[in-house]
Amino acid sequence: MAAGVIGIGRETSYRYRKFKSDFMMTVTVGATILTLIPLFLVLGYLLTKGFSSVNWAFFTHMPAPVGEPGGGMANAIVGTLEVVGIAILIGVPIGVGAGLYLASHRADTFANTVRFCADVMMGVPSIVVGIFAYAVVVRPMGGFSTLAGSVALAAIMIPLVTRTTEEMVVLVPPELREASLALGVPQWKTTLAIVARTALAGIATGVILAVARVAGETAPLLFTSFGNRFWSTSLFHPINTLTVQVYTYAISPFADWQRQAWAGALVLTALVLALELGVRWVTGGSAKAAK
Amino acid sequence: MADTAEKLIVKKLNAYFNKHHALHDVTLSFADKRVAAIIGPSGCGKSTLVRCLNRMHEVVPGARANGEVLLDGENIYGDDIDPVQVRRRIGMVFQKPTPFPTMSIEDNVAAGLTLNGASISRAERDQIVERSLRQAALWEEVKDRLRRPGASLSGGQQQRLCVARALAVKPEVLLMDEPCSALDPISTARIEELLLELKAEFTIVIVTHNMQQAARCSDMTAFMYTGNLIEYGETKQIFTNPTRRETEDYITGRFG
Repeated sequence: MAAGVIGIGRETSYRYRKFKSDFMMTVTVGATILTLIPLFLVLGYLLTKGFSSVNWAFFTHMPAPVGEPGGGMANAIVGTLEVVGIAILIGVPIGVGAGLYLASHRADTFANTVRFCADVMMGVPSIVVGIFAYAVVVRPMGGFSTLAGSVALAAIMIPLVTRTTEEMVVLVPPELREASLALGVPQWKTTLAIVARTALAGIATGVILAVARVAGETAPLLFTSFGNRFWSTSLFHPINTLTVQVYTYAISPFADWQRQAWAGALVLTALVLALELGVRWVTGGSAKAAK
Repeated sequence: MADTAEKLIVKKLNAYFNKHHALHDVTLSFADKRVAAIIGPSGCGKSTLVRCLNRMHEVVPGARANGEVLLDGENIYGDDIDPVQVRRRIGMVFQKPTPFPTMSIEDNVAAGLTLNGASISRAERDQIVERSLRQAALWEEVKDRLRRPGASLSGGQQQRLCVARALAVKPEVLLMDEPCSALDPISTARIEELLLELKAEFTIVIVTHNMQQAARCSDMTAFMYTGNLIEYGETKQIFTNPTRRETEDYITGRFG
């Protein structure tokens, strides 16, 4: 831009910058839409295919034998809730505890090792985690069981919950921790009542994401909780789950079963969605207070 | 000054951050129910000194201190002293207002009591909340909205809320680490007025970058430089007739 035509030079450069801005805006909006398309396609396809097969019997009846119309996935729905529920009981306390430790001892050699292991564990294929649970639970206990499935899912949850907890706790201003300590509040109480409490909405979000992730896992359950055509809620026997049932039905040659698989996939998705909305509602109050 | 009037006596206090020697053999004493100001350029160890007085220095990883700090004659760095108990007797207000974001105004004030598991009735609690807020000159402004979040207040109000929170546990000494540096002049004036009222009941040590503030509201002033206590005396004497050259250079703005 020549010095003599400063006004014009600035005008063109402004137009050019405006064009660049609009162009980049279009690109990013386009990318967002491209990201959302598969999501809505999946949901739409799931709804059209699955909705017609979801009825009251689906929730209350047991799977029907081949050729018999009707039947449901009552045992698989209860099984998924049980396996995931126990996985939460095992995984969340360990993950949150480890996350709090990592956040308060950021630079320790041990903390760095734990953090590295957690990151590696997040990348381990879930079927390998299933093999791990097979080795430590199924083999010693002599058979497939609900507990083995929960241990496998908990092992997937723990590194996710650990790392999100750490990241959320680190975001809490250190001044709050000092303010609490300066009131003569012991360290453990400060960590729980001030630091973890302030980060609660973030920690809860991390937990939901981890739960949503494991609720959809099939591979690690194939040789841990295995699957069961009958009703079982025992911790020490094989149990049916939605994902394994959907997998079994989807690869079967029977049209009835394939329809049931669509319905199962829809119910599983709705379950995860309900869970997320539920926790969001519960933590909504504290999330607002934190702002 | 008679020995009995000395609330806090600091003897040969040294503080470190890892290998960095932040305080060198600091010896001074703070009189009961007086305001003492600590002045000096950034990084001279003012904050480190006050943080050593209630054992908050050591909560930073790699930080340690040795020497003696006598509170009513008892060394708070003694082997069998629990730092948690020390902090209940020596309260602290920080540079930035730090209301607990998850708590309401009244819960913030009562935080020191409830978090320490004090078993008090609702009525006692309300009484302590009101007393503390009145002492911090905040009661009239917040009495109708005690259940609103602490973070909903303005910066100056938040800082007075933090003063109320520190007072609610009935400390004997109140340490203030640049309490006005994040506040506007009007809020600063409120805090200064407050200091003059609070010294009837508490021993106050205030760190400040603002020399006018030290001159206005303190009885004694300490001047620190590069981790050393250069001069300590009556505020009037420090500002009108300092004995040390460094002090004079600093207060007249000829420093560095």
